[in-house]
Order: sequence, then structure tokens, then C-alpha cells
Amino acid sequence: MRRLFLFLLLLPFCLSGCGYNSIQSNDEAVVAAWGDVEASYQRRADLIPNLVETVKGYATHEQETLTAVVEARAKVGQVKLGAETLNDPQAFANFQAAQGGLSSALSRLMVVVEQYPDLKANQSFLDFQHQLEGTENRINVARVRYNQAVQVFNTSIRTFPNNLTNNFLLHLPRREPFKAEAGAEKSPAVKF
Amino acid sequence: MKGIASTVTLVGSGQGKKRFCALCLTLWCVFVFAAAVSALEPPAFRGYVNDYAKLFSAETVQQLEQALRTFEETDSTQIAVLTIDSLEGDALEEFSIRTVEQWGVGQRGKDNGVLLLVVKNDRKLRIEVGRGLEGVLTDLMAGRIVDLVIRPAFKEGRFDDGVKAGVTAIMQACRGEFTAGPRTQRSGGRQEPPSALSYLFFGLFITSFLGRASRPLGVAAGAILLPLAAFLGVPSIGLFFLLLLMPLGALGGFILPFIVSDMLMSRGGMSIGGGGFGGGGFGGFGGGSFGGGGASGSW
Repeated sequence: MRRLFLFLLLLPFCLSGCGYNSIQSNDEAVVAAWGDVEASYQRRADLIPNLVETVKGYATHEQETLTAVVEARAKVGQVKLGAETLNDPQAFANFQAAQGGLSSALSRLMVVVEQYPDLKANQSFLDFQHQLEGTENRINVARVRYNQAVQVFNTSIRTFPNNLTNNFLLHLPRREPFKAEAGAEKSPAVKF
Repeated sequence: MKGIASTVTLVGSGQGKKRFCALCLTLWCVFVFAAAVSALEPPAFRGYVNDYAKLFSAETVQQLEQALRTFEETDSTQIAVLTIDSLEGDALEEFSIRTVEQWGVGQRGKDNGVLLLVVKNDRKLRIEVGRGLEGVLTDLMAGRIVDLVIRPAFKEGRFDDGVKAGVTAIMQACRGEFTAGPRTQRSGGRQEPPSALSYLFFGLFITSFLGRASRPLGVAAGAILLPLAAFLGVPSIGLFFLLLLMPLGALGGFILPFIVSDMLMSRGGMSIGGGGFGGGGFGGFGGGSFGGGGASGSW
């Protein structure tokens, strides 16, 4: 009876002392940051049908580039989303590859449309440019914050004594941060 | 700091290591300098309008300050203006988000802050929009304000007109989205844990409550809760101190019920009122959060 009492008394100290709670809250922070990343990528995907419609009317000779954007967007749509992506390195790599493909297709399109002065003067295209630019910026911000959350989480499961807690109790894997991909992750150049 | 500490100890340890400590110091300086170069530090805010690049007349600054203060009083939305001379190679968007994160423009929870950033020598500007205003001041809307309102005036060198029209347009877009409520004040980080003091008050409350019911219970509660409050408030506190706090807590648990019941007898209750920040002048920003919304442009 006395032992039980002592145990109950010490339990909160143990749980906060060994990092159990901080690991959990850091893990939740990573999941929340990931939600922002997905939302901003989704926002970009939602913009594309409008973009394609606007550009189609002017840039009639750029069918190939437009098709590439549409196909890249379709690929992005097929990638499974959700927090499970984080626990599966393969799914995470697929997600990055699909989004990277869309990024490069979009940047090619933005280079091509530079040759169409009519299109560049079109108000709906200008509006679109602002939206795309804002979305790319949001993606960037969300990715940076995700990487920060991952760094905090990874540090918290690898430092003593939290690493013992994680090894024996939680078994959470190390999270992957975003890495810059060669060329593919460059956002489209938007000129004014 | 570490670099300096290690060099100091090395200097004491012998002549042969002098070269090594010189190297350490150099490396340390290089790192500090490199960090300073790669990321431009946002300047400190002085009010709503921070005209570091001296683009606007004193009259304009005063008018804007007045308008923005009135706007915050009615709508609680905080709009800040910052002009700087140069980005010094930094990216506009990154500098902008760093600035609003550091300043905390907007009320906490409402996230209704806007920053109008103008870079004089780079001829660039950006409207950075807080999360709570992304619905009304969309990227598209911000982009139109940049393109159609501010840019034409800036192109002709009419900075006063441009910034006044721009701020007015931003206010028009945001008006009515939020109404005034209690000001939030930024303090510390974004998620601050409850302070040691609040744990202590909670502990005092429980202890006096239990102590009034039965004296041994109050003593036990004091002995447990005081170290616990100290630990939760200051997690880095040593075990030794916690053990030291136990008898202190027990004593407190023994005495406290007398004091509290005395108070209850004489005054019939006690209330702890929270102090508010008084109005008047610029009291700093509220700690709103940003997600990268807004639009950039150049002139």
C-alpha cells in the first residue's frame, strides 16, 4: 500500500523528468506542421485548373507544356495524404517527388508564358500570378516550420534521458526533414 | 560565448597552445560574422510606422500613426509599416516573415496583423498578411493593392501618396473583419507554459482547502505540492532543493488554513484581480501569427 502511494507520488516526476510528455508534444507539433505543409501544397494544386484555362486562350502553341502541368497535377492528386505519410519514408519520398514534378512543370510554364505579352497584360493572369506566388511562399514557410518542428522532435528523442524513454516505451522513429531537391524545388520565377 | 571561454582557459594552460586559441577565436569570429551576413536582422519597432529609410515626410508619418491607432482601437487589427534601405542580399519574403515573427504584429488568437514592407534601394515592397486576415486580404487583393495602388505612385517618386493610399486600401479591405476586444500583449515565446507562480497559487488553494478539512491532510498536501509546483515551474531545479522544499511546504500547509480562515472571517472572501494594460501611446504588438500570405512587387 505504501509502495503504491510512493509510486503514484513519483509517477508525475518520472513522466516529466524522462521526457515522455515532451516527446509526445513535440510529435504532435510535427504532425500539426505537416498539416500546414499539405494544406499549402493542396492550395497550389487547386489553383492549377484556373491557370490552365487562362493560359490556354492565349498560348495556343504551348500545348505540350500545358499537358505536362496537367499530368504533374494528376500525379500529385494520386499521392496519399495524411499524417501516416510521416511514418512511411517511401510515401514521404513519393510525396516529395510528385510535388517536385509539379514545381518544375509549373516553372517551365511560367518561363514559356513570358513570350506572350497579351497574356502578361491580362488581369486574371496577373491575379493568378499573385496567387501562385503567395502559395509558393506559403509552401516555403510551411516547409521551414515543418523542418524546425522535426529538428526539435528528433533532438528530443535522441538526447539522454529521452532516448531511453523512446527506446523502451514509445518506439517513435526519427522524422525526415525536407531536403532541397536539385533544381526541382525552384519556385517559378514570377516577374512583374 | 563558448569560444571565448575555451580560449581563455587555453591561454592559462601554456604558450604552445597560443596558436590554437588564436585559431579558435578566428573561427568563432568567422561564424558570428557569417551568421550576421546571411540573415538580415529585423530592426526594432518604434510604432506603427517605422520609416528607417526616411521615405516619408514627418507629416505623413504622423497622419499614418494616428490613422492606424484609431483603426486598432475600433477594429483591433494591427497594421505596421516598415521601410528599410536595403535587404543586403537577403530574400524579401524571408526578411518579411522574420520581421513579423519577431514583432508579433496582430492580436494573439485573432492573428490580425499586416506588415507593409518597403525596401528603398532594391525598389521592392511586400504586404505580409496575418493568418486571420487571409480571408479578406487575400494574396490577390494584396497583389492588386501593390500593383494598382502603391506601385504607380512609387514609380513617380510620390512615396507619401503611395503609402497613404496603400494603407487606406489595406484598412478598407480589413475593416469589419474583427472588432475591438481586450488587447493581447506579446510576452516571451508563442506557447508559454504557465509560470511557477500560477502553480504556486493553485497549490496554495488546494492546500488551504484540504487543511481546513483536516490538519494532517493540509500538512501532507503542502509537503507534496510545494516541491511539485517548484518542479513544474522550474523543471531544471535540483532534487536537493525539492527535498528542501518539502518541510517548508509542510509548515506552510500547517499554517495556511489559519490564515485563510482568518481572512474568510474578517473579509468574507478574497479576490485576485488581473491587471490590464492602460491605453495611451503605442504599447507594442500583440503576438499574431503569420503563414506567409500576402503579395510582393517592385517599382
